[in-house]
Amino acid sequence: MTQTIQLGGASLELVERGQGRPLLFLHAGEGLAPGRPWLDLLSRHYRVVAPSHPGYDASPLIDSGAGGIDDLAYLYLDLARELDLEDAVLVGADLGGWIAAEMMVRSTTRFSCLVLVAPLGIKLRGRDERDIADIHAMTHAEYLQAAWADPAKGEVDYTALPDSELTAVVRGREAFALYGWKPYMHNPRLKRWLHRIDRPTLLLWGAQDGIVTPDYGEGWRQEIPGARLDVIPAAGHFPHWEQPEAFIQRLSRFVDGRNA
Amino acid sequence: MRVWYFSEMAYHPAWEEGLKRGSLRVVLPNANYDPEVGHQLLNRYLDEFRLCDEVGLDIMVNEHHSTSTCLTISVPMALAVIARETKRARLLSLGTPIANRPDPVRVAEEMAWLDVLSGGRLEMGLVKGAPYEIAPANSNPANLMRRYWEAHDLILRAMSTTDGPFSWEGEFFHYRNVNIWPRPYQQPTPPVWMTGLSPETGRMAAERGHVVATLLSLSAAGPMFAAYRKRAQELGWTAGPDRFAYAGVVGVGTTREEGLRRANLAADYVRTSVVVAEPFTNPPGYNSLAANIAMLKSGGKRGGFVRDRNGNPVDQRTATIEQLIESGTCLAGTPDDVYSQIKALHDSVGGFGNLLMFGQGGFLDHADTVVNITLFAEEVLPRLRELSPSRVATQVAAAQ
Repeated sequence: MTQTIQLGGASLELVERGQGRPLLFLHAGEGLAPGRPWLDLLSRHYRVVAPSHPGYDASPLIDSGAGGIDDLAYLYLDLARELDLEDAVLVGADLGGWIAAEMMVRSTTRFSCLVLVAPLGIKLRGRDERDIADIHAMTHAEYLQAAWADPAKGEVDYTALPDSELTAVVRGREAFALYGWKPYMHNPRLKRWLHRIDRPTLLLWGAQDGIVTPDYGEGWRQEIPGARLDVIPAAGHFPHWEQPEAFIQRLSRFVDGRNA
Repeated sequence: MRVWYFSEMAYHPAWEEGLKRGSLRVVLPNANYDPEVGHQLLNRYLDEFRLCDEVGLDIMVNEHHSTSTCLTISVPMALAVIARETKRARLLSLGTPIANRPDPVRVAEEMAWLDVLSGGRLEMGLVKGAPYEIAPANSNPANLMRRYWEAHDLILRAMSTTDGPFSWEGEFFHYRNVNIWPRPYQQPTPPVWMTGLSPETGRMAAERGHVVATLLSLSAAGPMFAAYRKRAQELGWTAGPDRFAYAGVVGVGTTREEGLRRANLAADYVRTSVVVAEPFTNPPGYNSLAANIAMLKSGGKRGGFVRDRNGNPVDQRTATIEQLIESGTCLAGTPDDVYSQIKALHDSVGGFGNLLMFGQGGFLDHADTVVNITLFAEEVLPRLRELSPSRVATQVAAAQ
């Protein structure tokens, strides 16, 4: 079910699906795309709450675009309080992983564990070394090659989409740029505070991720106390999309200690 | 009418390699630039600007970055040289890409300094900049226009404030003591120009009384100028021709063949300017939502700024000189031909008081460029002054 809620002067569209332990899913820079399989698979086990980030789908930008990643972190902490999430699972992929980490360095109160799926957001290597591939300097074909183990799976025929979906695609691209143009897709100060994440954390990574490699995931693992890194074969930057079954299985095993 | 001669100061020796690689900009390594050749070219181009002053043309300079199409990387640097070498010409900066500049107060200082140096001959373009300028500047395209307007407001405030310092704490720019020295020669500021292709730009320029210029596109000029005039009327003033500028590639000769040959060489500016590696052509947020949806629907095809008279895009890379004349992009032939083409354009868009003359483009050599400039000034310019005689600035009633 899609709904819109008002939070401290911001308006947020979100999808809520399933029963059970609450799971807040923060989508990748490419958008929520609620029709894709991972949300349904997650909702078999959890009460999934999946907002569209401000600027995506029907969620307006915060303060006409003045808001940044820190604003999103506070917004979702407000959301967790508003929905009275307790003992919740926080899952974030790509951009959503960055936002999730920004939330957890501020407050872990509402969440009992964290799953980061190929998150963006931190700077690890030298000033002239790229940690995060520059998606704005790639052709579409190069992007698919970097982001997918099987690039054909990522191909979308935009000419077949209705205007409403194209609008969401274009607005989403714009919002993604707004949040991560400079510094490029990271907060130079975030790594410094990752030690504050005092909840069990799983880092899920696609073995063939060419946007942020598993080495970058290893860097994240070293910064978050007790975190585990689990690499999913035959997956690129979106393991939840390219290998949804393997994604759910690993997530469930970590969260509940059982097989999905 | 004023005619502003303009050249991008191209580094055409690298074009063959750039075309082979599919990009003349951003990703073409500067190993393809020979400093000795560049030295010769820059000095040659500056000589050509000086000639314009001698023959009665005004002068326009622009800037681009990380590209073989344009060696001018700083309008103020180029105009500083030109201001000292010229006496009469008005000097148009078109312009400074202010949303890509980290320090608008520095822009205000440089423009004021140029205005003082030139004795009040400066006209000041504050422009959005082309999409492929985003990467070299690494400026965020998703909030580009918000940053543009804040920089615009701050620059004009800095130039026109005489009882400073004042403070500025905006979304993008922060200063505690703005108080520029020198302040501009022209009061309160030099004339301000904008560029654009849309009626929305026309309206926004009218609200501020700025001059609006359109590039090489007849189909865009008409609606944009009309929107400007309408908005000015709504605000209680009448926009004179001096508020409008049209840009065209010019090739003039004593015979039609000679004029067409010159225009055809200069038109390489149009053919090369769109050759950019794909990822840099449409940064997110630069183009409107509607334009982006149209691109996705068409499978990624993009129209350039050259359109035929029905508004259909013309492939700029391969456009013939005939197509470019038809589209209003090139003005070419004998002085009579060129005059009548300009008059037709002028009449079809309700008039304009400024022609931006692209009189050099890469392979048009120095001797040809000199003839192009002098023949135009002798044979065409006097008639254009009759066509649009008013050189008095419109009294703008808009709130500045």
